[in-house]
Amino acid sequence: MTMLAVENLSIAFGGVRAVADLSLAVQRGELLGLIGPNGAGKTTLLRLMTGVLVPDTGVVRVDGRDITRMPIHRRAQLGFVLTHQVVRPFREMSLLENVMIAAAQRQMRNPWRALVSVDTREARERAMRLLERLGIADAAAKSARSVPLGYLKRMQVARALALDPQLLLLDEPLAGLNYTEARRLADLIVELNAGGLTIVLVEHNLGEVTRIASRLLVLHNGATLAQGAPREVMARSDVRSAYLGGESVAFA
Amino acid sequence: MDYYLSVATFAALNVVLALGLNMISGFCGQVSLGHAAFYGLGAYAAALCSVAGVPFVASIAVGILVAGAFGVVVGFAALRVREDFLAIVTMGVGFLFLGVVRKQSWLGAEMGISKIPSPLDKTGYALLAIGAAITVVLLSLHVRRSWMGRAFDAVAQDEDAARTIGVDVAGYKTTAFLLGTATAGLAGAIYAHMTQLIVPDAFNFVQSITILAMVVVGGIGSTLGVVLGAVLLTVMPELFRFINDYKLLVYGALLLVVMRFSPEGLAGLYRRVSGRRLA
Repeated sequence: MTMLAVENLSIAFGGVRAVADLSLAVQRGELLGLIGPNGAGKTTLLRLMTGVLVPDTGVVRVDGRDITRMPIHRRAQLGFVLTHQVVRPFREMSLLENVMIAAAQRQMRNPWRALVSVDTREARERAMRLLERLGIADAAAKSARSVPLGYLKRMQVARALALDPQLLLLDEPLAGLNYTEARRLADLIVELNAGGLTIVLVEHNLGEVTRIASRLLVLHNGATLAQGAPREVMARSDVRSAYLGGESVAFA
Repeated sequence: MDYYLSVATFAALNVVLALGLNMISGFCGQVSLGHAAFYGLGAYAAALCSVAGVPFVASIAVGILVAGAFGVVVGFAALRVREDFLAIVTMGVGFLFLGVVRKQSWLGAEMGISKIPSPLDKTGYALLAIGAAITVVLLSLHVRRSWMGRAFDAVAQDEDAARTIGVDVAGYKTTAFLLGTATAGLAGAIYAHMTQLIVPDAFNFVQSITILAMVVVGGIGSTLGVVLGAVLLTVMPELFRFINDYKLLVYGALLLVVMRFSPEGLAGLYRRVSGRRLA
C-alpha cells in the first residue's frame, strides 16, 4: 500500500533543475534506500517531502492526501520526520533535553496548552529510553555542544523517534560514524523498520544501504535512474558509471 | 514619602515593561527595539477610554488588549524577517507609533491627553503597579518552567530545527509578542492614570532603549536578573541626576560594557560568583 507518493515533482535553483519531473512511491512498511552521486538531488527530494522546500511543480501525497503546501511542523506532527544531514541540535541544551522537547510534542502542540503543562517526567523518561536505545545514554546530561558528532547523529535519530513517526526520512544518518557505530545504527534502522516504521534512507555508505534496504532507488541529475532489489540495482552498469563517472569498480 | 512612592511605582512599571520585552527577546529570541510603542498604545487606549467615561478597570483591560493586538500584528512581521531585519522593523514600529500619535488631533497630537480621570491615590498606584509587577514576575517564572518556555527556547536557538520536530514556530512567536506587548499595555494603562497626562515623547526611542538596557543589564532570559536590572536602572538616574540629561549616552555605554564584559548581565555575574543559575 502506498504511503507517500511524489508525483511529477520539479524544483530548480537558479536554472539548475535539482529535481526534474520525478515520481516515486514509498510503500507502507518498506525501507527504501535512496542513493546517487553527489548533486543527484537526494537531499532536495527529502526536503520536498518534508516541506522544507516547496516544489515548482508536482504534488506530494500521503495516503492520497495532498500535503504539498502543508507547513513543516504540521507534517512533523503527522509523523513525517526528517533528520538532517548536518545535525542541528539545540546547542544550549543537553542531549536529554534535546530529545525531551520532541517527546513532549503533544504538550507543545498548542502554545496555550504548553503554558499550563509543566510536568516533564513522562517526556524525560521517554527521552531517556530512546537515548539508551541509541546507546548514548551515558552522555544524556552533556551539553549538545560538547559531544562528538557520532553522539549528535544518534541523538538526532532519538529525537526523530520521540515524535512517534509514521515515516522517517533519514538524511545520511551514518555519515561521520565509525564502522562499529554505523553498523549498530544500521541494525537499529532495520529493527525499527521490522517494527512497522516506514523509512526512507539517503546514504552514501553503500555497503550498509545495500545490506539493509528492502528496495533501492538511484537518483541521477534529479531523475530516477534505476530502482529495484538492492543487489540487482547495484549490479547495473549504468548505475556504476553514474556513480563513478565511467569507472567500473565492484561495490560492497 | 510621596517621592519614594513614585520611584517605587516607576520601578514596578519598569519591571513589567522589561519582563515583557524579556519574554519576546530573552525567552523567544526575537529582537525588539520598539517596546515603548506598546507601552504607549496601552497608555493611549486606556486614557481615551477613561476620558470617555469608561470605568477604570475596563480602561486598563482595553489598554492591555489594544497593545496585545498590535503586538500580534508585529509578531506576524517576525515570521517574515529575522534578527537584524527584525530589529529595524520593530524600531520602525516605534517611530511609526510616534509619527502617527504626534499628528492625530483626536490623540491630542503633541500636547497628548490630559485630565485623565485618576481614581486612586499615590499609594494606590504604587500597590497596583507592584501587584502588576509581582503578577508578571510569577507569570514569567511560570512560563520558563512550562513547556511553553522550552518551546520558546527551541525557537530562540534554532527555529528551523524546532520546525522539524513539530514546534509551531509561528504560533510561539506570535504568542511571545502577545504576552510581551500585552504586559507593556498594562504598564501603559497604569502609567496614564497615575500621571493623568500623557505625551508622545514618553514613549519614544530612548524609552525603548531604556527598557532594552534593563533587560540586557539584568541578564537577557533571566527573570530575576531582569527585575534587578529594571529596579537598578530606575533608581540610578534618581541617585545621580546627571544621568537623566545623558540617558541615551549612559545607557548606550552601559549596553556596550555589559555586552563586552558580561553578556549575560547581572544574572551571568551571579552565576559566575555563586555557581548557580538565576531563574
